[in-house]
Amino acid sequence: MTDRRTLAAEGLTLAYDQREVSRDLSIAIPPGRVTAIVGANACGKSTLLRALARLLKPRAGTVVLDGEDINDLPTKVVATRLGILPQAPSAPSGIAVTDLIARGRYPHQRLVRQWTDADEVAVAAAMTATDTLELATRQVDTLSGGQRQRVWIAMALAQDTDILLLDEPTTFLDLAHQIDVLDLLSELNSDHGRTIVLVLHDLNHAARYAHHLIAMREGRICAQGPPGEIVTEALVEEILGMASRVVPDPVSNTPMVVPIGRTSANANGRAAHPTAREDTHVRTRPTPGGAA
Amino acid sequence: MTTTTADSTGQRGLAATTEARAIVAASRNHGRSRAIAITTALAVATFAVVCISVSIGDFPIALRDVVPSIFGFGASDTTFIVQEIRLPRIVCGLLVGFAFGMSGTVFQSLVRNELASPDVIGITAGASTAAVVAIVLFGSSSISLSFAALLGGLGTAGAIYLFAYKRGVSGYRLILVGIGIAAGLSSVTSYLITRAEITDVQRATIWLTGSLNGRTWDQVATLAVVIAVLLPTLLLLARGLRALQLGDDAAKGIGVRVEGVRAAIIIAAVGLAAFGTAVAGPVAFVAFVSGPIARRLVASGDIALLPSALVGAVLLLSADLVARAGLGSIELPVGVLTGILGAPYLLWLLARTNRMGTGD
Repeated sequence: MTDRRTLAAEGLTLAYDQREVSRDLSIAIPPGRVTAIVGANACGKSTLLRALARLLKPRAGTVVLDGEDINDLPTKVVATRLGILPQAPSAPSGIAVTDLIARGRYPHQRLVRQWTDADEVAVAAAMTATDTLELATRQVDTLSGGQRQRVWIAMALAQDTDILLLDEPTTFLDLAHQIDVLDLLSELNSDHGRTIVLVLHDLNHAARYAHHLIAMREGRICAQGPPGEIVTEALVEEILGMASRVVPDPVSNTPMVVPIGRTSANANGRAAHPTAREDTHVRTRPTPGGAA
Repeated sequence: MTTTTADSTGQRGLAATTEARAIVAASRNHGRSRAIAITTALAVATFAVVCISVSIGDFPIALRDVVPSIFGFGASDTTFIVQEIRLPRIVCGLLVGFAFGMSGTVFQSLVRNELASPDVIGITAGASTAAVVAIVLFGSSSISLSFAALLGGLGTAGAIYLFAYKRGVSGYRLILVGIGIAAGLSSVTSYLITRAEITDVQRATIWLTGSLNGRTWDQVATLAVVIAVLLPTLLLLARGLRALQLGDDAAKGIGVRVEGVRAAIIIAAVGLAAFGTAVAGPVAFVAFVSGPIARRLVASGDIALLPSALVGAVLLLSADLVARAGLGSIELPVGVLTGILGAPYLLWLLARTNRMGTGD
């Protein structure tokens, strides 16, 4: 693609009802790269992603897609340029895999349903890329978590957009399937030049798979840039309130965060972060080599 | 199928081989051919129940004479009985069942919960209360009764939506609010009946049970027009409804104008339920059971719009036939029968949902 779609945010203030989540966020998503948004639970990372996908209307500021305010564009036009896989989509019970993936073709179809060759090609290509062809007639209910996530990604791919946003696509998957999904997204980026933006819990996964990181804490952006430049012990302390060592990942040579934890850390620096909730993120992050 | 080239390439450079396309086409056809077969079978069943209903009664008509007399080619006495007495009632039952069945599956699919049919969450209760107001306070004719029912249904749907709304509408909140509103409305209805003239009470009570007794071509015509408008509308909105089943965020992500599409779907489905109620009264459970039966028959996870409508028609016609002629000398309003059949299913569904502790 010569002219890639661009996505950016300028001065976003985001809120749910009366509760303000973020104020004055500005970011530019690098086209054709993988961007990961990371941070502790409830730091506003999913909220930012939802705003980028025009699922949440900002209270102030604009999300700019190809130079235009995303909320001024018809939602169907946006859907041909930008796809979003939300955190917990629901599949109608009994639906077959192909039928679910085919629903991703919505923005390309007319009012009176027309299933075209282009639809068939896009669905077949999405299923090939996600390795879901052999599941074609299976019911989505009966799939494993990893298979189901591949099917949802296939639906987003069938939408055939340059930009793909994913909200915690690896949550609820075991480690092997998390890596499987991340490898798939990485291939989609490197082989087909799609711009990918994903919210991730695991800082090490983010550092390994993303070209660009956006690190958040309490609704603010603490740092953004390439993982090799910004992931430091100080940043981990800042966004997660957790003492750690950052060492090179022995496989990818990207930064790897090794938590120090309570037993070996004593009261090391914790008093400075009374709001940090160590228990939640330590528990939910399966960190490779964390026990070393 | 135009799979002439060995490899087809999508816009984003993803490749699809001929085999991959064949798998997609085959799995889609698998589901669709089953849906077509089921729909055809249900249409045949509907026609069969119509014919049997026409033939059975105090004046029996041989099955082979049924179709000629429907179109006026039979003996004159037979034709008169069929065209003026039996057929209006039967066609009414057909259309009411059709409207209820379709309205039910639309609500259940939209809310993603089988409890969310218009007769459980208070839409038909709202239409009923408005209709009883019309009967008791204004002595309404059938046309104004229809409009009262429609306004009652829409008003109730609006109230449920408002009370249940909290940054979007979740399934269970909507159902609980709906059941609460239905309870409130039925007490209003009861109050009105205690205050009414005895003749109005009788009329209102029979109407509230749900009955097809003495229905005329006028009522058939009203409902036929409503269905002629709302059926194609819902068929066009079905793609949006299928998208909304994935959740609001996913639906918006693939380009659905969520609030507008949902409002249009709700209005159309309320229209079907309310006009059906206006004609036959709140015949219990037809809307509630038709969708689940049809969706299980089609077994593709689809909303099964037409199959549900046809199941509704078959159910209502069969129940009316039994209520009218199947119990010897006793002739019951059809709502009594559907109530007896539907109540155990509701209890089973509630028990099952409660055990699983689920439901959106």
